[in-house]
Amino acid sequence: MTGFEKKVHEVQSGPLQACGIKILQVNLGYQCNLACRHCHIEAGPSRTESMGMKVIDQVIDVLEKSPIEILDITGGAPELNPHLRYLVQKARGAGVHLIARTNLSVFFEPGMHDIPGFYAENDVEIIASLPHYMETSVDRVRGSGTFTKSIEALRTLNGLGYGTEQGKKQLHLVYNPPGAFLPSSQTELEKQYRKELLSKFNIVFNRLYTFANMPIGRFRDFLVRTDNYQAYQEKIKGAFNPGTLNGLMCRYMISIGWDGTLYDCDFNQVLGLTVDMECPDHINDFDYSVLAGRKIVTDDHCFACTAGQGST
Amino acid sequence: MGGYYKEEDLGRFGEIGKYNPDLFKKFMDWYNASLEPGLLTKREKVLIGLAVAHTVQCPYCIDAYTRSCLEEGMNLEHITEVVHTASAVKGGACLIHGIQAHNTAGKISL
Repeated sequence: MTGFEKKVHEVQSGPLQACGIKILQVNLGYQCNLACRHCHIEAGPSRTESMGMKVIDQVIDVLEKSPIEILDITGGAPELNPHLRYLVQKARGAGVHLIARTNLSVFFEPGMHDIPGFYAENDVEIIASLPHYMETSVDRVRGSGTFTKSIEALRTLNGLGYGTEQGKKQLHLVYNPPGAFLPSSQTELEKQYRKELLSKFNIVFNRLYTFANMPIGRFRDFLVRTDNYQAYQEKIKGAFNPGTLNGLMCRYMISIGWDGTLYDCDFNQVLGLTVDMECPDHINDFDYSVLAGRKIVTDDHCFACTAGQGST
Repeated sequence: MGGYYKEEDLGRFGEIGKYNPDLFKKFMDWYNASLEPGLLTKREKVLIGLAVAHTVQCPYCIDAYTRSCLEEGMNLEHITEVVHTASAVKGGACLIHGIQAHNTAGKISL
């Protein structure tokens, strides 16, 4: 039994289990125009993993034949997958709500300039990474010039009605701590983001989500390199909040890797931890009824999702 | 932090309570309560903590409150700004004593 499993057993009688599948999260691939220092996927321009048409069609088939309500599209930069537009249009036709996770700066890559308009036309809710509201902090983590592009992208989205009271199109931002520490109050930080982005750039948004960094991938490398790994593990373990267990995203979603493999979350995907062995582990054999009540596969990295106010 | 001060000693702070647990508990309760959000936000309070940490030049406090400032979503620009404020106030406190020197010199000079 892992340390996380022991902790779960201290507060509830059995292991973590799924409560249906409300969200289908698809990772369209690991290619990205950025190579952020905290990226758990280790995405970047040189990555070639990308979801092909066969798996995309299988995803659409699952959406059409199951009661799943939401398609959550992530990457890498999902916009760099050539089949993104096809997937969005077909999924919209299947009647599901769409969410795209974007790094914003990708809108300035060749052939991507119309993506914000495409998202708007298809009622795609946007969850955008913006690790801080100050240029120095963002560019340090994401690369020089990224903040300026992100601000321009947010202005474009506001212009399309995203994040505004009148527009009713949802635009949420995501904060990750730029180092070996946990995020503080989401509410307080949201106030800071709102004040700074409005006063300096006239930008508005709906919500700010604060996520703890997962000690895997590139962030783990940083922790090990700087001799912070052990202390960070202790910190997330010590901050375990049993009140987060009911709301953990893994209990309401399933994650599909670029090659069609099924996982409980994007983090397990990076670690190669496929869904419980009693369930089908590839979209070829997708079985909603079996997967909807599956046991969630956990390990000690899961403490990052249960630390403090939780990260889901 | 190296040499005379040891970074790991911050984690041993509780050992101070060994020979007088009642007083240490009272101190910790007071300390923790004083940092709870009230009329001031937690963000404002950790900034004050960082400023005081620099003026009393406590390496442990500087480590702790730098971390707290980062956790509260601030960055090195915020931190540097508050260190300047703290240093300026401390510098001013030194400079105002120049009046004391002037007074003394005035009293005993022709």
